[in-house]
Amino acid sequence: VNALVVASAGNVLVWMVWVVAAFSCLASGVAVVTFSNPFYSALALIGNLGSLAIMYLLLSAEFVAAAQVLVYAGAVVVMFLFVIAYVGPRRETPWSGGPSWQTFGAIAAAGALLVEIVVAVGMQASGGLSHSGSVGSDFGTPAWIGRVFLVDHLLAFEITSVVLLVAAVGGVILGSHARRAA
Amino acid sequence: VDGPSVAWYVALAACLFGIGALGVLIRRNTLVVLLSLELMLNAGNLALIALSRHWHNGAGQIFALAVMAVAASEVCVGLGLVVALNRRNLSLDVDTLSELRG
Repeated sequence: VNALVVASAGNVLVWMVWVVAAFSCLASGVAVVTFSNPFYSALALIGNLGSLAIMYLLLSAEFVAAAQVLVYAGAVVVMFLFVIAYVGPRRETPWSGGPSWQTFGAIAAAGALLVEIVVAVGMQASGGLSHSGSVGSDFGTPAWIGRVFLVDHLLAFEITSVVLLVAAVGGVILGSHARRAA
Repeated sequence: VDGPSVAWYVALAACLFGIGALGVLIRRNTLVVLLSLELMLNAGNLALIALSRHWHNGAGQIFALAVMAVAASEVCVGLGLVVALNRRNLSLDVDTLSELRG
């Protein structure tokens, strides 16, 4: 009986953490889209990434959660903030007289996309997603990820590094071209 | 300790993807469009990792890491474009940037 109580208390705790993380994830996502100042949008994205990292921890993906915080919050968002500060405050040109057909079209398209995802996933996986199994204790640890990444998926690893190299070269070319033109 | 089933995670990922898509479609500042794109990529990552745990298959986590690398590349090139546009004193409004001629 004692173990059952502990297990259900842990379950409630996981649910509470999940609900808080899900709420902050959605709220910061809405904030990213709605803030008029891009600087605040980028700051809201940090909150989104943090709550997603909590989700990854709940899903026993510890290495991906750490990489999420390091790569996204550490590198990507900081780069965004630098560029936003470099570009300076730029006002979005105001809407000409209330919400246009473009706004309605965008909302309808995003809603249609959401419905499409829900229907596709629901029909494809109806019932198959409800049960939740337990995984081994080494699932998601850095050692396990390293074995899977460098033994089973070595080609994907190498292709990822080539993609990053090409993007870095592209970034340098874009920057140097702009300097010559100026 | 079970916690929420994978369907909850996938539903959350779908909602986040919808919010990101709305931002990409509705916003006209290039920087905010790129930020909303990050939201969409992260929604995909969440679904990948949730399903990876559901099927006890590590490939989902590996693919999520590859998506992170692609997102970093995309930010590198996208922000390079933004800086180049700014140096030429062009607008960052995606509606006015509708053609590729310099």
